[in-house]
Amino acid sequence: MSEPPMVSFENVTKRYGSLTVLDGLNLTISRGEKVAIIGPSGSGKTTVLRMLMTLETIDGGVIRVEGEPLTHTERQGRLVPANLAHIRKVRAKIGMVFQSFNLFPHMTALHNCMEAPVKVLGLSRAEAEARAADLLEMVGLSNRRDYYPSQLSGGQQQRVAIARALAMRPRVMLFDEVTSALDPELVGEVLQVIRKLGEEHDLTMLMVTHQMGFAREFADRVCFFYEGRICEEGEPKAFFQNPQNERSRQFLRAVLEAG
Amino acid sequence: MGLRALAVLLTLTLATILYLSRLEDFRIFVPGLAQGALMTLRITAAAAVLAVLAAITAGLLKLYGPAPLRWLAVAYIEVFRGTSALVQLFWLYFVLPGFGITIEAYTAAVIGIGLNIGAYGAEVVRGAVVSVARGQWEATVALNMTRAQALRRIILPQAFAAMIPPWGNLLIELLKTTALVSMITLGDLAFRAQQMNQTTMKTAQIFTLVLLVYLAMSLTVTLGMRLLERRAARGILHARAA
Repeated sequence: MSEPPMVSFENVTKRYGSLTVLDGLNLTISRGEKVAIIGPSGSGKTTVLRMLMTLETIDGGVIRVEGEPLTHTERQGRLVPANLAHIRKVRAKIGMVFQSFNLFPHMTALHNCMEAPVKVLGLSRAEAEARAADLLEMVGLSNRRDYYPSQLSGGQQQRVAIARALAMRPRVMLFDEVTSALDPELVGEVLQVIRKLGEEHDLTMLMVTHQMGFAREFADRVCFFYEGRICEEGEPKAFFQNPQNERSRQFLRAVLEAG
Repeated sequence: MGLRALAVLLTLTLATILYLSRLEDFRIFVPGLAQGALMTLRITAAAAVLAVLAAITAGLLKLYGPAPLRWLAVAYIEVFRGTSALVQLFWLYFVLPGFGITIEAYTAAVIGIGLNIGAYGAEVVRGAVVSVARGQWEATVALNMTRAQALRRIILPQAFAAMIPPWGNLLIELLKTTALVSMITLGDLAFRAQQMNQTTMKTAQIFTLVLLVYLAMSLTVTLGMRLLERRAARGILHARAA
């Protein structure tokens, strides 16, 4: 049998009160695949990432990571809600970078990257420091390791946040509009780091983005969300050159006009 | 008010106390009031420690405790915040012996005032913890930390900085509340003042001095809290690292 997909959403539904944010979502992501999620605001795209990170509960369906249900366990062929230990075990494979960085303001860049590896993975301080230092070098911030977040530019903060997430050695990285809070001139440095990460063939990446140019060049697949459903998905080139769906066409036209 | 202004005000107050205590009219009150001031300080210090411990415990239990402990925390906060400190002191000192529990006046004072201010403090703790940005919690989830790890290492250190200014208020409130202990036979500053007032009738001299001593104490508290606030802010905001 072939190996299970890295991540699969099976008929996942999310509601806030009477508002259905995601309506029976089915989405399968293979190991190492880079998927860009685009769509107008309110289309549920961020919710997809937040559910996978267990920041939101789901109201129906199941999410699997390498075949294993994320927030459920199978008992006698039925899915029942899992305990926290199970969720944490599966969740360990997932890392996330946020729009607003969410660095720990009372810790230096280095300590931001060391905290969870020491406390959660049980690394020694020396091991964690070596790992954090390597990652800060990878994101080009070796010379800022002892700076606090408030002393760093937005782009630098976001690069630290990427290093912090990678320090946990996730198999799947989620990027939630990670350049939306940045000044335009700082967007490039963050995308550069993500591009570099993309060269790692094993790392699965799922990103919600408004950077259409980046999605087009970087992603293996683009999913266009509209009103809680995937309206159209496909290879970036085909999607951007010749969108099939009327909604996609409208959206792309609006984005292009905005520049 | 800036740190420097506070320091100047405190120095002026102390100098005035020193100057007055050398004058003929005031001198005789100094030993008695000094004794009273010492008692006030002892009660304030002990009650402050109790208040902080009670506040952190009740504040966190109200937020994150299991149901029975959460209710207990809510009950504690509402009872001690919702009734007068004076009545609480009377109850501890005069009513509790009726149930076979007799405690010293000093102990009753520390417990009563500590728990009273602690109830207000619990809301300060709760508010400060809640005020930490939601994104901080989300980051701890994304890093797969446990709730306890998140609280101890990420949330509380940030909440701590937000708590300091309101705690400065509460500690001054606590200092002034200690004047009530004169009603349960303790010889604090206010008690000594009344006692001497009754025998000498030199109300102006006595209460001027007492006023200044209370002011000096509260200014010291304010100054200390400001210094603490500045240190904590350095940990969060970092104008520029050394």
